[in-house]
Amino acid sequence: MPGATPEPPLGMLAELTHRCPLQCGYCSNPLELVGRAEELNTAQWCDVISQARELGVLQLHLSGGEPLQRPDLAEIVRHARREDCYVNLVTSGFGLTPERGGQLADAGVEHVQLSLQDADELAADAVAGATGAHRRKRAAADVITALGLPLTINVVLHRGNVDRIPDIVELAEAMGADRLELAHTQYYGWALRNRVRLMPTAAQLSAAEAAVAEARARSSNLRIGYVPADYHETYPKPCMHGWAARQLTVAPNGVALPCPAASVIDSLPVVNVRDTSLRSIWYEAESFQAFRGTSWMREPCVSCARRQLDFGGCRCQAFQLTGDPTHADPVCSLSPHRHLIDELVANAELGQALYLEPRRMRSAAAPR
Amino acid sequence: MNPPADARPRLSRGTRLSFDRVRHAHVLLYPEGVLFPNQTAIDVLRRCDGSNTVAAIADDLRHDYRAVELTDIAELLTQLSARGLLELDSN
Repeated sequence: MPGATPEPPLGMLAELTHRCPLQCGYCSNPLELVGRAEELNTAQWCDVISQARELGVLQLHLSGGEPLQRPDLAEIVRHARREDCYVNLVTSGFGLTPERGGQLADAGVEHVQLSLQDADELAADAVAGATGAHRRKRAAADVITALGLPLTINVVLHRGNVDRIPDIVELAEAMGADRLELAHTQYYGWALRNRVRLMPTAAQLSAAEAAVAEARARSSNLRIGYVPADYHETYPKPCMHGWAARQLTVAPNGVALPCPAASVIDSLPVVNVRDTSLRSIWYEAESFQAFRGTSWMREPCVSCARRQLDFGGCRCQAFQLTGDPTHADPVCSLSPHRHLIDELVANAELGQALYLEPRRMRSAAAPR
Repeated sequence: MNPPADARPRLSRGTRLSFDRVRHAHVLLYPEGVLFPNQTAIDVLRRCDGSNTVAAIADDLRHDYRAVELTDIAELLTQLSARGLLELDSN
């Protein structure tokens, strides 16, 4: 356990719902999606947001699933602004009619992140699992820019779309985006399940990096963010800037997590905002304390010069790949488990993009 | 490169200066980020409303700041602009 009291959190990801009209096979939501009946209600979300602001949260990310599936979204936004949170809406754009957009802008949404699957319409609709998805997103971008809201286009990169970065940049410019976030797939939840079909080749990654550099040099108005494919890196990502250091996540059912993927570490006790105050969760919950600071570390992390730079990488990734969340992130070249990553990377050189298992709620008939 | 003296800096869309009652500190909030500006930056940012020119902001602050700090102000504006938090249109 760390000795020092943690700093207050800067941001909260509020997953208002797991319901989503799209079925992207790279979704990082957990395989066990929360159903509508288990979601926090309006008053509960507003209370959580008030508690978050009191705790120090400045940035509120309203996400999901698709947050527009919640009819009370504008009410939640208005409450968050009254509490003086900075309100960021993370959406697929499905359901963002001019009327709905106007209500949300009036309520005080300050920035919109709109997901885009691809620059190619057919490929985009295939990944989203919905015909017309791509066109509806372009219409949603028009709604957002007409309202004068700053727009970030988010694109998850994978084997099937990574070759089209120049087209994606061109499309983002045409959509009037201020920012474009190109993020390689992070393998959690549904993306982990579909990993073999999503992983790019080394040649694709080299071409992608060149395309990003070229686009940045050319485009002065569009700011381009790039999140690398961590399996192909030498050192792990500084995941969340350290466990429970700056952000927290509240899942649709009120479960509070240090990061959106943390529910995979099944040894961590589950803590819920229905039963426990957010302050107590942030400062005292076992799941939040578990990997704070460096005292949980073992070799090679504990003596590593980089331990304050990347914090041993991602705890969820260490758990998912090695079965023990206190191991170094196996992406790290110093990890004794790096061979696991090397095998996946080598395998990606052989694989082909095939059918992605679509993200969906489990129905009674679906196998476990 | 320093901004032209006749530029009228203003915070970019989606960027705002706020006071955090929890930390008792000014904060610059922007898409996916938070900055905690120092006192010089706060004094400058408050004046970046799209009507004051860089020259006017520097003049205004001349009473409280020494010449060396005024150079810092130009640098600060350049840095914020490079991060997309400030627009420096000179029209």
